[in-house]
Amino acid sequence: MKSGSNLEKVLEGGYFAVTAEVGPPKGTSAKVIQRKGELLKTYCDAMNVTDNQTAIVRMSSLSGCVILKEMGIDPVMQMVVRDRNRIAIQSDILGAVALGIRNVLCLSGDHQRFGNHPTTKGVYDIDSIQLVQTLKNMRDEKKFICGEEISGEVPLYIGAVETPFADPIEYRVKRLAKKVNAGADFIQTQAIFDVAKFIKWMEMVRDEGLDKQVHILAGVIPIKSVGMARYMKDNVSGISVPDEIVTRMEEAKVAKEEGVKIALEIIEQLEDIDGIHGIHIMAVAWEDIVPVIVERAGLLPRPIL
Amino acid sequence: MIIGKQKPFEEIWDMIKNFKKVLVFGCNTCVAICHAGGGKEAEILASMLRMRASLEGVEIEVKHAAIERHCEPEFFEPVMDNVRTSDMVLSLACGVGVNFLSERIGNIPVYPGINTEFYGAVPKAGIFTELCAGCGDCILHLTGGICPIARCAKSLMNGPCGGTNNGKCEISQDVDCAWYLILERMKKLGILEKMFEIQPLRDWSTGMYGGPRRIILDHIEEVEAQEERKGS
Ligand code: SF4
Ligand code: SF4
Repeated sequence: MKSGSNLEKVLEGGYFAVTAEVGPPKGTSAKVIQRKGELLKTYCDAMNVTDNQTAIVRMSSLSGCVILKEMGIDPVMQMVVRDRNRIAIQSDILGAVALGIRNVLCLSGDHQRFGNHPTTKGVYDIDSIQLVQTLKNMRDEKKFICGEEISGEVPLYIGAVETPFADPIEYRVKRLAKKVNAGADFIQTQAIFDVAKFIKWMEMVRDEGLDKQVHILAGVIPIKSVGMARYMKDNVSGISVPDEIVTRMEEAKVAKEEGVKIALEIIEQLEDIDGIHGIHIMAVAWEDIVPVIVERAGLLPRPIL
Repeated sequence: MIIGKQKPFEEIWDMIKNFKKVLVFGCNTCVAICHAGGGKEAEILASMLRMRASLEGVEIEVKHAAIERHCEPEFFEPVMDNVRTSDMVLSLACGVGVNFLSERIGNIPVYPGINTEFYGAVPKAGIFTELCAGCGDCILHLTGGICPIARCAKSLMNGPCGGTNNGKCEISQDVDCAWYLILERMKKLGILEKMFEIQPLRDWSTGMYGGPRRIILDHIEEVEAQEERKGS
């Protein structure tokens, strides 16, 4: 075991993993995180805590993870390279490990221009692939970027993200290979709606032999309303929402129920794809639906390892 | 070249309104090409400031002048006496020029009339684009001649990020994704596989993060010193 995290045990044990996302509050209340943690605890194997997602200031991912950890939940600390230079990154990793955090997900982060402090200075000292490499080096060589020794172990399970449908698509699999070569143990993808397209993409992933080297968790976003479906189709790059899904949401009598049905159908198909080892549910501002989806998808009980 | 843009008129007026003798001082190299701070712009701005002064009923003498370059001492020599007769200089040179003149002009304040923006080119008349960030360690041979430091919004070394959208950057549909351009170019050059190697962390200390930079060419300094010795 590289880290001994629950997520690692589930994936290395060959189980189909379920992870969920927890957005920290725009405030100081630990209760917000605790409430979400309590709600999702028995329905997933690990919980991602986002890191100032869309460049909007929220409680830090590290503190959110500690709050979950205290509840016996296995947290995945998301870390973007937008806000920290290599000194802060390595220092936060040391602290996170000391506090019992074992999973770290490496991301570039949305550009600061999108957030609530658009006049800030982005850091981007290293990129997300270099972050994966840095964490691997800290764990396996016990070395800082500068080459100096780290005292103590750095047990980490290293994650990276992938947006399969961002262009140029033909290069995306190669870039995934770069992340794997850099040292990613698991991958969480952007939300998948166009399963047919994703199946083709996974074929390319298998052709490169990447499915044997890394655990890929496919992203799932339950759609709450037709407006949300349209918004994602038109505005979120790297997300491909087929017209059929938008039509189904338009015609649905109860939009939320249709959204759940769509999510369940997608999950069913994802489970059948060779090389997909789990799902990552991102129910932004609709966390209550996660238990329903996991239960109805037949993914309960979660393994206790 | 260095691209600049004239500051908003109100901001300039606020800078000069409490002085009596103002020199609007243009530079006829980079900032003239981008229509921000050449002799012509200095003349126009000076007349606008005069008009404003008379509208406000304040007495300000606004003169204008321009020299070829504000970044080398010899260009200033013929005009310095004249420049010193004003009680403030509104420089339309780039920031380099404002700094350089400030250190040489004694007690007279030198204020910036333009915002110095970036190192760029002129793909079409009236359009200026940033292409280099002066990072001090050029890697264009690795990226097909397209700069990821200046042209990728996140200065990624292993792009593109997940935000690229139809060849455009996630920050705006008006901005090309540098990494998309890099990949297309590498494909054309038949060396796309170079992109499969992980590019290492950058040494940013060669750029503006390592403190102010200075380059000394010993051989040139030596020649100059010899000439001086000969002369005396
Ligand atoms: S790599 Fe550095 S020197 Fe070369 S173009 Fe980019 S910023 Fe300029
Ligand atoms: S979209 Fe392209 S240019 Fe923009 S930040 Fe991402 S990689 Fe860089």
